[in-house]
Amino acid sequence: MGVQPQDPTPPATPGVSRRTAIRMIAVGSAGVAAGVGLTAVVARRDRGPARPRLFLSAREEATLSAFCEQLIPGDDVPGAVEAGVIDYIDLQLVGPHSRYQGLYRAGILSLQKTSLRLHNLPFEDLDGPVQTELVSRVEKGGCPADLWGDPSSGAFFGVVLDHTRQGFYGSPRHGGNRGYASYRMMGLAYPNLIGQNRPQAGRG
Amino acid sequence: MALPRVNVVVVGAGAGGGVVAKELAEAGLTVVLMERGGWPRYDRHNDDELVSQRSPALGNPYGPDDARHRRVVVNPDGSTSVVLPSEGAYSNNAGCVGGGTVSYGAMAWRYMPQDFRMRSTYGAVEGSTLADWPLGYDDLEPYYEKAEYEFGVAGDYSQNPFGAPRRRPFPMPAFPYNREGRLVVEATRRLGLHPFPIPMLRNSVPYNGRPACIHMRSCVGFACPVDAKSGSQNTVIPRALATGNCELRTGCVVAEIRVDDRGRARAVRYFDPEGRGWEQECDLVVVSASATETARLLLNSKSKLFPNGAGNNRDWVGRNLQGHGYTGAFGTSEAEVYEEAGPGATVAICDYNHGNPGLVGGGMLANEFIVLPYSFCDVRPPGEPRWGKAHKDFQRRFYKRVMRLYGPVQEIPNFSARVQVDPTVRDAWGIPVCRLSGARHPYDQKLGEFMSANAERILREMGATRTWRGRFGTGLSGGQHQAGTCRMGDDPATSVTDRYGRVHDIDNLFVADASLHVTNGGFNPVLTIMALAYWVSGHIASGWKGGGFR
Repeated sequence: MGVQPQDPTPPATPGVSRRTAIRMIAVGSAGVAAGVGLTAVVARRDRGPARPRLFLSAREEATLSAFCEQLIPGDDVPGAVEAGVIDYIDLQLVGPHSRYQGLYRAGILSLQKTSLRLHNLPFEDLDGPVQTELVSRVEKGGCPADLWGDPSSGAFFGVVLDHTRQGFYGSPRHGGNRGYASYRMMGLAYPNLIGQNRPQAGRG
Repeated sequence: MALPRVNVVVVGAGAGGGVVAKELAEAGLTVVLMERGGWPRYDRHNDDELVSQRSPALGNPYGPDDARHRRVVVNPDGSTSVVLPSEGAYSNNAGCVGGGTVSYGAMAWRYMPQDFRMRSTYGAVEGSTLADWPLGYDDLEPYYEKAEYEFGVAGDYSQNPFGAPRRRPFPMPAFPYNREGRLVVEATRRLGLHPFPIPMLRNSVPYNGRPACIHMRSCVGFACPVDAKSGSQNTVIPRALATGNCELRTGCVVAEIRVDDRGRARAVRYFDPEGRGWEQECDLVVVSASATETARLLLNSKSKLFPNGAGNNRDWVGRNLQGHGYTGAFGTSEAEVYEEAGPGATVAICDYNHGNPGLVGGGMLANEFIVLPYSFCDVRPPGEPRWGKAHKDFQRRFYKRVMRLYGPVQEIPNFSARVQVDPTVRDAWGIPVCRLSGARHPYDQKLGEFMSANAERILREMGATRTWRGRFGTGLSGGQHQAGTCRMGDDPATSVTDRYGRVHDIDNLFVADASLHVTNGGFNPVLTIMALAYWVSGHIASGWKGGGFR
């Protein structure tokens, strides 16, 4: 009924680690990835079996990961990236959210250019507070007008924020909310078992 | 291709169509019940908040799907957008056996007597088509009762002085109040208001072969895993099928009602699940497809005597589209108020439905259904950051500490809020799609602000540390409470059907859903849809002479 099958992803190649997979993608997309910002992503993503990307390039993933982590940052509970938000977004972009492919492709590029213009550094390499300030500009206006067309920075922000929330708070069956991290944070019993309400679960 | 003739084709197996199929099949008529969707299955989507009828981020679990359906929305600036069923502007209602009754919150409201007499109670409102219904509460009361008993409603009106007169008590005892509900009861009583348990189409005790509610937090927006929620799919439709007189055809999309040159409905043209076209001949047709889809089907049914669509020679089909603006207020609490007992809404007040000084109409207020984590991201005071650490902190600190009183505001109908068929955009079957245009009457905002202020006052009395008001948009209304597009009335110049849902000038074509509503009450409309369907089918059955219709 218009809903993507739970996991259309082919199984990862046995023996290929997440780190290797990202390197392979980076090599595969040749000059595009250029290694910029890759280190941070690899370090952050070094956990569990890899889900090969279906839409995002390694470079796009690096930028988007830093952006989403600003939207829902990690602290004593996981942030967006560790909770699997990028897995969610990438998977849905070839499923129910395929109509947003163009918005992500163009919007991430605009974000990358904006960061280079204003700070001479890729977005993912900016210091946290500088990233936060730039995300505010993307949300509320103040980005160089010539770098944003379709989508506008506000439209890009709105869609990515919504999808980040979906990936962070939605059912893990769609790739995000790994280990029900957000449910644990909010003190909700998980999974929700039929006829077995458990009011005291979680930390409340 | 033609099929063996039957007495009745009912289009749409939701709240209205399920009732009609059962009533007419039990009366001995042969019935084909057409449904574009399939049988709902809980285990296919379980408690997935992103595939919920309430928050369909990845699609509607109970239809319609994004792949085959489209609508066109006319924006305020005159431009148009093509929208999908999972987008809010589509104004979706569910598409499956049971329709919206599979995944609804199941509030079981009777409208109040004044709701049927809005024009005589309040007079004219400028720019509005506000009118009285051609029937009154007393006409419908026996049919409300029948709906309550055949579907199953739990309730208790002993504490509700505004409840309309009723001959019999509710068939099941009311549900107890939850933690938030008890706070509402204490505060509203202190304020001189009259709280009482919300009547629910949900089993508080085993009833009609189905078990009592197990209080899933994921209730509204989802099917019930144990069938404790009463919908047409687990009540009247199985009874219709058990007669042997009713055939349910799922996955069948009706494109057109064939109206002959003498102005009689002769057949429906439809597509089966494989996309093959069929014609089903019949003695009469009952359309119960929702206010948007019923209007669309009539408008797509052009004939010699009705070149602009069935029953549309006076341009009233599709007009007066309305729904409910929802508003109220929120408040944060020091102590946890969340309780792991769905669906969460337990208490209501009807003090503000009518008799508000200087105002036309009003609405019911209730504590809210449990809001799941993704949807809770939008529960924020004005000015609160939407992201970053502040977002996360609010989620974990207040998820179990936000109280809410909310409800539907009775909308003032207007002629320009309407459903048309789009001249160019078609669905996967090649059928012209709904084109939605117009906006709410400005008056609705005034009522909304009044209701929000009342809700906020109650929340303060409940001890809320911080309160803020909700509001709804000024644009077109519709959604799951969509109504009004085939208004019933005594005057064919200002209505689409007569008081029995019969389309003016087409003797064997009926409507039985919220399209008939002249006004939509300050309540969830489903029990009224059911009662009207009993009323319409009672009229059809009593006029049935066997082998033909009147």
